[in-house]
Amino acid sequence: MTTTTQTARDGENRARKRLGTELSFWGFVTPAMAGLVLFMAIPMVWGFLLSLSRAQNTIHFGHFIGVRNYTDLLTDPEFLNSLWTIFVFTLFIVPTTFVFSLWLAIAVHNIPRGKAFFRTVFFIPTAVSYAAASLIARMSFYSGQSNGFANHIIGLFGLAPIQWIGTASPPWYWLVLVSVRLWLQVGFYMIIFLAALQQIPRSLYEAAALDGASGGFTVFRYITLPQLRAATVSVLLLNLIAAFQAFDEFYNILGGSGSSSGNIGLARPPLVYIYNVALSSQDFGRGAAGGFIITFIIVAFTLAQSRLFGFGSAKEGR
Amino acid sequence: MRARTLGQKLQLALRYAILCALSILFLLPFYLILRNALMTDAQITSPHWQWFPLQPHWENFRELFADKTAFMWVGLRNSAIIATTTLVLQMLFSSMAGYALARIPSRASRSVFGSVLLTLMIPGAVTFVPTFAMMAWVGGVNTLWGVIAPGLFSAFSIFLFRQFYLGFPTEIEEAGMMDGLGYAGIYWRLVLPNSRAVLMSLGVLAFVGTWNTFLWPLVVGQNPSSWTVQIVLSTFLTGQTVQLHELFAAALVAVLPLVVVFLFMQRYIVEGITFSGGKE
Repeated sequence: MTTTTQTARDGENRARKRLGTELSFWGFVTPAMAGLVLFMAIPMVWGFLLSLSRAQNTIHFGHFIGVRNYTDLLTDPEFLNSLWTIFVFTLFIVPTTFVFSLWLAIAVHNIPRGKAFFRTVFFIPTAVSYAAASLIARMSFYSGQSNGFANHIIGLFGLAPIQWIGTASPPWYWLVLVSVRLWLQVGFYMIIFLAALQQIPRSLYEAAALDGASGGFTVFRYITLPQLRAATVSVLLLNLIAAFQAFDEFYNILGGSGSSSGNIGLARPPLVYIYNVALSSQDFGRGAAGGFIITFIIVAFTLAQSRLFGFGSAKEGR
Repeated sequence: MRARTLGQKLQLALRYAILCALSILFLLPFYLILRNALMTDAQITSPHWQWFPLQPHWENFRELFADKTAFMWVGLRNSAIIATTTLVLQMLFSSMAGYALARIPSRASRSVFGSVLLTLMIPGAVTFVPTFAMMAWVGGVNTLWGVIAPGLFSAFSIFLFRQFYLGFPTEIEEAGMMDGLGYAGIYWRLVLPNSRAVLMSLGVLAFVGTWNTFLWPLVVGQNPSSWTVQIVLSTFLTGQTVQLHELFAAALVAVLPLVVVFLFMQRYIVEGITFSGGKE
């Protein structure tokens, strides 16, 4: 056997092997990637074309009307109201969730006994769906009747029953919406903080103690908080994105029963607005445009937040 | 444990007191579901608060499942099918793709991973209307597969599996190569069995998320035959006349399976959240 045929065969083998590897790669990624194209990429394009079309009572695009759907939305007081609603909601829910879950994590982390018990108790509501939590809030906990739980408790102090959900002023429904979401999600974010707290090296606290920093708040401010930077960014971001897309509890707590429209007029978030426009009024063009506006706002906030906290720092913190 | 000063002891006692108070508050809604699920409507709406029914009305559950207009069985069955299918197939597809992106060298690797990252940033808010349009076009509205299909694919879990397999020990695969296994054999016989923990963690999270999801099943499953248990609850809640005892019995039935899953699988769920939460 001469050396030339040897190298030629080697080259052929290598080429075949590389082809085999490429084929394996595609065999492995195709199911997932085909799905992402089908349910992410195509809907994005379809949605964009719909948003530029007059698509009432039809799911098809083609009757192009430029940016009319967008301008209609941005001049519709109901849509602007929904944006305002979600800003207020986000303003309430993001800081409260952050403080509450961080406090819980630190408290649970620093107790000598019962860690597992408390962690489980605060975490278990995460198992409950928004639909079920809304049901409990609306029909039992915050029920406007005197037999509602909250009204029973304030009744013990001689206070009259409160319409927690049904009145515009005072806006008790914000308390209902915020507390339901807090109950459902603080346990989840507490877990993220707990994991991050366990990563902080003990030596840092010992060094701080040597330097005379014994006060709880000083240690928290200069050691714990900076060390939790990655977790903080992650918690704020996840929470913000979820808050902007709130739908379930608004729909189920404020939504109408039977033929009445219920109390959704008090606080209709953008996703409920889009749902009503697209699925009830069958205006798919306008619904799709609304989706893009919300996405634009989410992306803008995400970028602003990343800039605020620094992009690379998420990695540094670990 | 080092000795504590009096001040520290008081602080600790205060902390325990707050934690206990919060625990009661956090468990209250569960208590309320149970209490109301075992009462008659008259007892629930009675102005005289009763902390617990003296005679629990267990027959509420029988009544609930016998109620033809409640669709409780249908909802439970659909939710179980949807969540289980999603759990199995999403884990399979995502771990395959994640493994390939981490370990199989390809010219397309970078661009495929780039597109995964790109889809990661698309919120559900923008896709649900056009996805419904697409589903209506292919006849997926009011079908179980229409509810299931979009959830089978998750850019986030592909990403997480890739991160996991980047740190996977190479010795296992090398041993497989020695034995003459191809990528498929290595993945199926060596990699998957050694990824049990991460499959469990992300799988449970996928199951829980799918069981509890609301918007997409509401949009695409308008007919009772394709309702999930969440839609059943919501329909109950927004119905013309509300049967309170059945409503709370339904809530209990919908919530209980997941509470059990959480109690028994807590370790995996916590690992899953930690693993995914730190990756943002």
